[in-house]
Amino acid sequence: MTMDLMKKAVASSMKAKTPNFDVGDTVDVAVRIIEGEKERIQVFNGIVIARKGSGIRETFTVRRIVAGEGVERVFPLHSPHVSDVKVVRTAHTRRAKLYFLRQRTGKATVLREKKKKTGKTTKQPATVDRKSETAVK
Amino acid sequence: MQAALLGRKIGMTQVYDDAGAIHPVTVVQAGPCYVTQLKTGRPDGYDAVQIGFEPARPQRASKPIIGHAKKSGTRAMRCYREIRLNQPETDLQMGAELTVAMFEDVSWVDVIGTTKGKGFAGVIKRHHFHGMPASHGCERKHRAPGSISSHGNGRGGSGGPKKGKKMAGHMGDVRCSSRNHKLMSVDVENHLLLIKGSVPGANGGLVLVRTSKTKREAKK
Repeated sequence: MTMDLMKKAVASSMKAKTPNFDVGDTVDVAVRIIEGEKERIQVFNGIVIARKGSGIRETFTVRRIVAGEGVERVFPLHSPHVSDVKVVRTAHTRRAKLYFLRQRTGKATVLREKKKKTGKTTKQPATVDRKSETAVK
Repeated sequence: MQAALLGRKIGMTQVYDDAGAIHPVTVVQAGPCYVTQLKTGRPDGYDAVQIGFEPARPQRASKPIIGHAKKSGTRAMRCYREIRLNQPETDLQMGAELTVAMFEDVSWVDVIGTTKGKGFAGVIKRHHFHGMPASHGCERKHRAPGSISSHGNGRGGSGGPKKGKKMAGHMGDVRCSSRNHKLMSVDVENHLLLIKGSVPGANGGLVLVRTSKTKREAKK
């Protein structure tokens, strides 16, 4: 009961639709940056190496190599600053956290691409509609 | 009447504001409370409103409580608290229901609860003493309070520790007021208040939320 109340309490602060992506995906994260009056969108491209937490506290970590140096950014999934997450490439992973990529450089960081499903063409929706999901349950 | 309600602490989480900043909040399920007694200057000597929270099961209520509840036409409650007023209350009726809707124009609140009990705690934990060195010849008294008095302590030699000397003892499980919390939002439908920061007590603990006594400012 208390967990239900916690969910209800923050429901208005959460995004109704969250972008659908997995660990291992190469993504373009569109970040809203407010500079005084102006607002612009900056794109951070990289591999999702972790998704942490649940509910409104969920975050994801994106890693990329900038000028030979590894850079990681942690984004809160429900932050209004994260306006969009576009999946560029999906990869086959055997674990939930890809921290081993930190020890690797060059070609070793390239993950095996996920095989496309044969037979039925089940196209994944670009976003997960949480409201309709809960309605089905 | 200034907004004041009894409630239960549900837990902590976070919310985003319009600018995208994260705020830590405590979720409190407050009310509905019922006016169970109106105290006025003539018979009682002071002005106050008594509010009741959480109807008790009939078999768990004592006869005096049942009788007391009958006067206001409410059920016997598990918790009663008095809210002191500066002038006699004229708008409220006995048995009136109070909900979190009364907090809609409130921007700052005080939260009163009972802190988590820590048991018998030493002076480092209880009074933030520094303790003693880990080495340099210090033996078996690393977390000890040190000297607490001498025979000549006090003018003329009282021969004992001073009254109020900070020592080890029971810590926590005491009433605690936490003041001037920003009220982030009010959810009338679910009787929820989102209060910025942490509030005293464990999840599920009883808390009294009231309009801040010291801070009055325009909403947001």
